[in-house]
Amino acid sequence: MADVNRGNRPLSPHLTIYRPQLTSVTSILTRITGNALLLGALLAVWWFLAAATSPSYFETVDGLITSWLGDLVMLGSLWALWYHLLSGLRHLYWDTGRGLEVPTAEKLGWAVIIGSVVLTLVTVIIL
Amino acid sequence: MAFLTDRKRATGLGSAKQGTSHHWHMTITSVALLILVPLFIFTFGRMLGAPHADVVAYFARPFPAIVAALTLLVGFDHFRHGVQVLIEDYVHGPMRKPLILLMICVSYGAAATGLFAIAKIAL
Repeated sequence: MADVNRGNRPLSPHLTIYRPQLTSVTSILTRITGNALLLGALLAVWWFLAAATSPSYFETVDGLITSWLGDLVMLGSLWALWYHLLSGLRHLYWDTGRGLEVPTAEKLGWAVIIGSVVLTLVTVIIL
Repeated sequence: MAFLTDRKRATGLGSAKQGTSHHWHMTITSVALLILVPLFIFTFGRMLGAPHADVVAYFARPFPAIVAALTLLVGFDHFRHGVQVLIEDYVHGPMRKPLILLMICVSYGAAATGLFAIAKIAL
């Protein structure tokens, strides 16, 4: 874009100088979890492909995904999946024009954070 | 001009020339995933780390196989539209469109690979 002189007028605050708030942090986390889920999803696809190919290939891939590093990635993906799901639910609610007042939005933010951790723990206990 | 409706005059305007179709697509796929993802977590999760014979027998059953196939299909479709917005927001200049094309290829490629594998196990 052309470097035009915009004058010495105040600019709207942006990420670098804006104090992090629950609403902004939960919003950014929605984007991060959604896109980071690519890693877990590709691992799941690889796992299916290995299962369809041969028992020995499956053992290799399954062993990799259930190693300590694989477990860590899968645990992170599990939390990301629950977080993104709850956060998406919040967006669907917002899309109806409700829950947009700051106190309500903050309460919903805490519900997403706490809910995702609880659901992750419940899933780990059940599975 | 007087014969054009407001709706007709608005069509094709806006920065993406697509109106609300992207947003509506994300709404549809997100509602579908709201149902699919929990089902996938508790079917796929049960089989992670299980012996090969058990995994093959489990995904030969209709319910786990269909849940897994639909989750990968709808999930990667949702991802491809989501990652497009990520790229549009942060990548400027000549790399933007090649990156979007690359991620579309990755999404369709991964979904197709997953569907092939599940079909091969199930049939």
